[in-house]
Amino acid sequence: MRVGRVDFGGVVKEINLAFVPEARIGDHVLVHVGFAITVIDEAEAARVFEHLREIGELAEDGAAP
Amino acid sequence: MRFRDEYRAPAAAQGYARAIAKAATRPWTLMEVCGGQTHTIVRYGIDQLLPVGIELVHGPGCPVCVTPVEYVDKAIEIASRPGATLCSFGDMLRVPGRGGDLLGAKSRGADVRIVYSPLDALAVARAEPAREVVFFAVGFETTAPANAMAAWQARRQGLANFSLLVSHVLVPPAMRAILDAPANRIEGFLAAGHVCTIMGTREYEPIAARYRVPIVVTGFEPLDILEGVYMCVRQLEDGRAAVENQYVRSVRRAGNLRAQALMGEVFRVIPRRWRGIGDIADSGLGLAEAYADLDAERRFGAVRTVGEAAGECISGLVLQGARKPPECPAFGTRCTPERPLGVTMVSSEGACAAYYRYRGAPRPAETESAGA
Repeated sequence: MRVGRVDFGGVVKEINLAFVPEARIGDHVLVHVGFAITVIDEAEAARVFEHLREIGELAEDGAAP
Repeated sequence: MRFRDEYRAPAAAQGYARAIAKAATRPWTLMEVCGGQTHTIVRYGIDQLLPVGIELVHGPGCPVCVTPVEYVDKAIEIASRPGATLCSFGDMLRVPGRGGDLLGAKSRGADVRIVYSPLDALAVARAEPAREVVFFAVGFETTAPANAMAAWQARRQGLANFSLLVSHVLVPPAMRAILDAPANRIEGFLAAGHVCTIMGTREYEPIAARYRVPIVVTGFEPLDILEGVYMCVRQLEDGRAAVENQYVRSVRRAGNLRAQALMGEVFRVIPRRWRGIGDIADSGLGLAEAYADLDAERRFGAVRTVGEAAGECISGLVLQGARKPPECPAFGTRCTPERPLGVTMVSSEGACAAYYRYRGAPRPAETESAGA
């Protein structure tokens, strides 16, 4: 059973990789009860901000409300 | 931490709040399915950031809350037997059964052990072959593959002293039950991102089509929730009812096929009673026939369904989205996390616990109708 070391912001745990055979060293994974259940899609991770830009609401970025 | 801090950026949150306010021309009532999402909403005040009229109703997605009381009683009974060890996720320990909780049983000498993963329970069984080790397998589709793996490995390793007390539940039948209720007022869903990471989004398409409700698969950070609300409101305003995926960085349309395959091998779909809600057809998982010898109910006696005692607690209504925690007269006064009347105040994913933790107990003026 494939196991990987996953860094949770400084705390490293051994995590079961049976459900993510595509995981490679350096990938970000979502972990639940000791199992990685998906590899985070880094290209998609910025989409929430692109969407905001598209709908024209990121213009005031940085301005305190 | 990556993929966390950036999803909490206040300026972007304000941007989504403005976009939602511009998009909404009338009130809409949405339900976030998962208790983790409820906590984000209450913790960051997302409900207060939304325009008046866009209401978020909290859903039943708290696995500990919906585990039937008779399973808690059974777990306590098993743990109290000489020679038996009950392994459980920590948040089950303070869930009240009819005769106390697992933590109380542990303090009276029952062998209850908290595990982080079902594989930890397997390790206990391997290390202590003279003890009957039972894992309390609760949860939604997110947890089912991990628990299925524990059963699969136990079989493969020939562990004769390991079994599972299974009370798994499934999200889509509960969504149908909410939509079928005569008093339903939910017009759109934020579906549970982690459940869909496992199951994908396809099983929600017939629900969206049949009930004409938008379903937006949504993540758990503040910006995820806000984008999910925006996508859902846009659909409602456009008269669309589709399944959309906000949580694209984690959820693929087909889900995690390996996890689904193992779930399919180890479990079968069965009817299940939800605590506070009632019986829902095809809404649970039990062990498949090929794994029935690992069923703790075969070794220690079947769990018998009981009626729930009527009391002051309205957690059933909270779980169905019919009431919000502060509407309960006992909230924060006779019911607190230290002295909970019901499950939704106990669990870290329960709506009552979220309101109490992040908004505090109500001031006396709000609770005493006869007050000044």
